[in-house]
Amino acid sequence: MSPENHQHAPLHLADESDAAAALAEAESGQNRFDEIIAEDSRVEPRDWMPESYRKSLVRQVSQHAHSEIIGMQPEGNWISRAPSLKRKAILIAKVQDEAGHGLYLYSAAETLGRPREEMYDQLYSGKAKYSSIFNYPARTWADIGAIGWLVDGAAIVNQVPLCRASYGPYGRAMVRICKEESFHQRQGWEILYSLSHGTEAQHQMAQEAVNRFYGPALQMFGPPDGDSPNSQQSMAWKIKRFTNDELRQRFVDMLVPQVEALGLTLPDPELKWNEERGHYDFGDLDWDEFFAVIKGNGPLSRQRLEHYRKARDEGAWVREAATAYANRQSQDQAALIGA
Amino acid sequence: MSFASHDSATRQSQGEAITAEEIAASDAKADDATARYALLLGDDALILSQRLGAWVSRAPELEEDVALANIALDLLGHARFLLTYAGTAWGKSEDDLAYFRSEEEFRSCRLVEQENGDFGKTIARQLIFSFYQHELYSRLVNSTDTTLAAIAAKALKEVDYHQDHAAQWILRLGLGTEESARRVQAGLDSVWSYVEELFTDVEPITELGDIAVLPSSLREATLARLHQVIEQAGLSIPDMSGAHGADRSGRHSEQRGLILAEMQVLARQHPGATW
Repeated sequence: MSPENHQHAPLHLADESDAAAALAEAESGQNRFDEIIAEDSRVEPRDWMPESYRKSLVRQVSQHAHSEIIGMQPEGNWISRAPSLKRKAILIAKVQDEAGHGLYLYSAAETLGRPREEMYDQLYSGKAKYSSIFNYPARTWADIGAIGWLVDGAAIVNQVPLCRASYGPYGRAMVRICKEESFHQRQGWEILYSLSHGTEAQHQMAQEAVNRFYGPALQMFGPPDGDSPNSQQSMAWKIKRFTNDELRQRFVDMLVPQVEALGLTLPDPELKWNEERGHYDFGDLDWDEFFAVIKGNGPLSRQRLEHYRKARDEGAWVREAATAYANRQSQDQAALIGA
Repeated sequence: MSFASHDSATRQSQGEAITAEEIAASDAKADDATARYALLLGDDALILSQRLGAWVSRAPELEEDVALANIALDLLGHARFLLTYAGTAWGKSEDDLAYFRSEEEFRSCRLVEQENGDFGKTIARQLIFSFYQHELYSRLVNSTDTTLAAIAAKALKEVDYHQDHAAQWILRLGLGTEESARRVQAGLDSVWSYVEELFTDVEPITELGDIAVLPSSLREATLARLHQVIEQAGLSIPDMSGAHGADRSGRHSEQRGLILAEMQVLARQHPGATW
């Protein structure tokens, strides 16, 4: 049943007693839902859920799916030029995984009653949001390493807690996605390690990529807790488990020993171990830039969207043909059965 | 420092356990003629993989992004086996051969070099090449060269899926809408004159006896299967003879140089570097 049906069903009921029954059902549904959340169990597609919970999940899951799809572009752009056949194979496999993640996530959102086509249309029209990191260019081969290490690394820190998200299909999709993301991160780290320990030019390429991606990667956790309107409700519903700032701190703490092992540095002069807190302190991020990119003014925001639209437009005749063929096949089968 | 998993995303699929690294480390060394044959087969796979890789993020549907990437990855795997094996004859690595040979030194056929065009043209090219490759590998599994036979056995399972993918799309496009039939027919017309080159007996194949499969011996069976599926899709077999210059020399192609320019650019900017 679609969310709209859930929401509007009472309006179409014939008489007041039916309306009262629907109200009672919603009340008992709400009670059951509250129990599920309280006992840390899973909400499943057929369970009653508050409309706002459904909406919030559709927003989060579809944004995540869109991010996977747009994320294929910066990395796909290096498949043709990957500098060794082994690296090329790893990169193709990685971008293919991202398409797969998009598929799982769109499917998870479909269990909430949102058709895939509608989500595609939202991305196409520019209404849907996706992770703004993908509006930055992947200029050099080292960027493929930095994206793997930093962007996939941030994604993992964000997503591991989502494996326990209260909505079952989302949590289960995240389990598989996290496994794949973790070898993507490892592969990114290996690319940077090879470059850092290679020629002078390679080392410099690696450092520049880390310099460019570090800030935007930290911003992947979203705005500071004070400016994050959706966070609190998502935490109450146990969709999210930690705040943006908590996750960002966890990420920075994880990066410091890794960057040392790489033989590179993080571009933050204020980065320093704080004995008292037991965490690294780090400098302020450029949130003006972050909000500008979110509003569609990232360096490649328009290019990413145009690329997506072009592929959808150029593939329209193929999808029409596949639909026409499938319809014909089922008609033929029906005719056979009828005969 | 820890990562959640130590698995590899590029694990080889189940079946014959064979990897480029194992071929490089094994005692089996190709002789010069066998190596040149492996190179010719590997170049076809490499160039087609390069072409298909360009579809990623541009396919008509998300499932096709996955499928075309998967086929590109399979072909790249075949190329890595074959180039690595070829390299054993000359002390060269797969990357020496992929990135540091010039246009004239590649032996790819012109079919795989053709531009992707629209999805109809790509599927037309896939159909022809996967049917040809399936026929080829089905016989190469009996090669008296055990490395080539093992590579063919592994590749055959994957090509089986490639030809199924292409054949299903030919039917969908041929019998789908008027536009799709027109486009896929245009695709077939565009690449058909390069079919004959696949069946041309070039050197060193003619010197290799039971190590190799003679291309001309694949012609009848491959064309019969192609004709069958093309007709089943309501399309017509283009009535044209083969394009002149069917010798894989690169002297009759404009595409090869452009493909290599893009593929090799970074590796050549940093000669001697490891990645």
